[in-house]
Amino acid sequence: MFEQFDAVMLARIQFAFTISFHFIFPAFSIGLASYLAVLEGLWLKTGKQIYMDLFKYWLKIFAVTFAMGVVSGIVMSYQFGTNWAVFSDKAGPVIGPLMAYEVLTAFFLEAGFLGVMLFGMNKVGKKLHFTATLMVAIGTFISAFWILSVNSWMQTPTGHEIAANGQFVPGDSWWDIVFNPSFPYRLFHTLMATYLTTAFVVGGVGAWHLLKDRTNLHARKMFSMAMWMAALVAPVQIFAGDLHGLNTLEHQPAKVMAMEGHYDSHPDGAPLILFGIPNSEEKRVDYKIEIPKLSSLILKHDLNAPLDGLDTVPDADEPPVGMVFWSFRIMVGIGFAMLGIGLWSLFARVRKKLYDWRLLHKVAIIMAPSGFVAVIAGWITTEVGRQPYTIYGLLRTADSVSPLAAPAVAASLIAFIIVYFFVFGIGTWYIMRLMSKAPQPGEKGVKATETGPVRTAGIAPGPAQKDGLAFEPSASQQKPEE
Amino acid sequence: MDLTVIWAFIIAFAVFAYVVMDGFDLGIGILFPAFKVGDARDQAMNSIAPVWDGNETWLVLGGGGLLAAFPLAYAIILPATYPLIIIMLLGLVFRGVAFEFRWRDPDHRAFWDFAFTGGSFAAAFSQGMILGALLQGVEVADRAYAGSWFDWFTPYTLLTGVGTVAGYALLGATWVIWKTEDGAQDTAYRLAKPTAIATLALMAAVSLYTPFLAGQYWTRWFEMPNILFAAQVPLLVVILTYFLFRGLYRKQEAAPFLISLGLFFLGMAGLGISMFPYIVPDQITIWDAAVPESSQIFMLVGVVLTVPLILIYTGWAYWVFRGKVGSDGYH
Repeated sequence: MFEQFDAVMLARIQFAFTISFHFIFPAFSIGLASYLAVLEGLWLKTGKQIYMDLFKYWLKIFAVTFAMGVVSGIVMSYQFGTNWAVFSDKAGPVIGPLMAYEVLTAFFLEAGFLGVMLFGMNKVGKKLHFTATLMVAIGTFISAFWILSVNSWMQTPTGHEIAANGQFVPGDSWWDIVFNPSFPYRLFHTLMATYLTTAFVVGGVGAWHLLKDRTNLHARKMFSMAMWMAALVAPVQIFAGDLHGLNTLEHQPAKVMAMEGHYDSHPDGAPLILFGIPNSEEKRVDYKIEIPKLSSLILKHDLNAPLDGLDTVPDADEPPVGMVFWSFRIMVGIGFAMLGIGLWSLFARVRKKLYDWRLLHKVAIIMAPSGFVAVIAGWITTEVGRQPYTIYGLLRTADSVSPLAAPAVAASLIAFIIVYFFVFGIGTWYIMRLMSKAPQPGEKGVKATETGPVRTAGIAPGPAQKDGLAFEPSASQQKPEE
Repeated sequence: MDLTVIWAFIIAFAVFAYVVMDGFDLGIGILFPAFKVGDARDQAMNSIAPVWDGNETWLVLGGGGLLAAFPLAYAIILPATYPLIIIMLLGLVFRGVAFEFRWRDPDHRAFWDFAFTGGSFAAAFSQGMILGALLQGVEVADRAYAGSWFDWFTPYTLLTGVGTVAGYALLGATWVIWKTEDGAQDTAYRLAKPTAIATLALMAAVSLYTPFLAGQYWTRWFEMPNILFAAQVPLLVVILTYFLFRGLYRKQEAAPFLISLGLFFLGMAGLGISMFPYIVPDQITIWDAAVPESSQIFMLVGVVLTVPLILIYTGWAYWVFRGKVGSDGYH
């Protein structure tokens, strides 16, 4: 199946596959944990049942998402050693402690309080339960902090020294390692991405149930909250992405050249290539549509500023252009589409049509998974764009790999592909089944026996429980609030 | 005491904490088919549902901690046991999602119960084999694994694999005794005796086999003055065995689990005697593999500040879900 690849390429594909699959879950659960904390906080503050209903509705989805995030995350903590042993040995003294901090300050916090968050409402009381929810949400944030610091150090390494045995070792200050130059930008950009991803999932689910029943108060509430997030965060995210790009231009110019498709240097103003097909053999972009000088304006804030191209970079140090060029455009395109939805929702709000504009709801449903596509495209841009290095400029990918033969890596890669598509495919199906049920008053929580055999009959919603595809009638007896 | 030794103890503590917490968790998975479909299975599952995620975090700490404190060992051991690590990870994937999936999809609950058992068994067996592969020695050249493909597959590693499965099953059975009642508890009492016998027999077999693997182990265990210290371990095992069976015959509830943990602690102590100060036997000492002092201190600050807190809130989470689980979950 993978005969044409060598062990290095296979190890890269395996890491890309396992990390991409893994990141889908945190991209959702980081934002969802915060959303749950907001819902429970609003419930405590206002006492309105609707917030508790929504909390319980999304908590069930969170539980499944989190379980998949955990098991795919355990894999990641061993991927470094199995496939990237030389990298692990060399970079361990610098990145190892940061990852240990992630486990100590984030994973335990999340895991320790998750049980109480999921099952403990009746055991510990409202306030302590809210504390548990907050701890889980804070844990997801701290986790992002450390792991993005690790990634950023690999992109823009600072604060280290190189020891006689070839290891990267910490220099005088850990501060310089943790807060390396690209870290603040990457952290902010990624966190905003998870909030947007979650907002569009929540908005899409809300829109789906509004299309079925526009008077469903719960669907209205979640759609409205999600659209506020879209309207407020999408512009911030685009601005943050621009700053991140400028930071990349400063520290990893070759990555930006690949993103822009600039094979050639432009001494007096570089064009912005909107679309085209990068042709790495001829070192040019075919069929391109470009706007003159706009790239220089964006990157240098000056129409005529000179911009270097990949012709200034030795071939052996160039990243692959095609993938970076395309994935960057996908990410940016989705970002602007999100902004468009956000603005549209504001307009709809002003016109008092937020809950009645069916086209808006339909588009919101189409956009529901867009956040996942955007974050994966963004990671492809930054990870492929930093090739051919694992530690930028210092350690090549080809020199980082374990002493493994290609068939071994290929066999484990196939095993991962089969198991992940099977297990996480089914998990995603279960999540969509949960989403397809309308949120309703008196929503039930995640009690482990919720659908268990010993459950008392009475409250069970009947056939819908057995057949998840059946839509339960939503609680539409209630009149929508004006 | 130097920082490297402290770090060796911290990693050993993480591994032991993992075995203590995920051991019974995996053990329940291994024994799951023995429980009757319905009430007994649900009770057994519910007794670990709120805590399994925290339990497996110790495995991440073990892996992450090894990378952080002894990256050279991490970089040698993982490639040396590559297929076992992959099998363990995939096993953990299946059993981890089964916790949620079996409730989400009653129509396919039998399948997810099977995945729970298969995944737990695969994870336990490969963990035991990884330990065996490490103990029997790993070939190293130029800071990297230099052995061949199936070095990890020997009669000895099969023995340690089976031993670990039996030991985890014992922990699982005694945990269920403690946390459940009625049908589930009866089944667990019935399972505890054979798993205890199997565990002790396999522990003995591994202990007898190990000294014959290489010169080092023999010296460590059987020559003066080491034997004076080392002999305490089997002695304590005999004492605990007596109390374990007494507890099972007298239908004690908490004691069998706690005594089983004691057996695992002695197993770990024996492991320490066999290995210290090597982290890859006879090849790499903990000092060879250690990170520089500045990394050790930086992390030690984190450990000193967070681990007590972690133990407190993990303990609190267990306290919240104390007592019998009941058949319809905690409430």
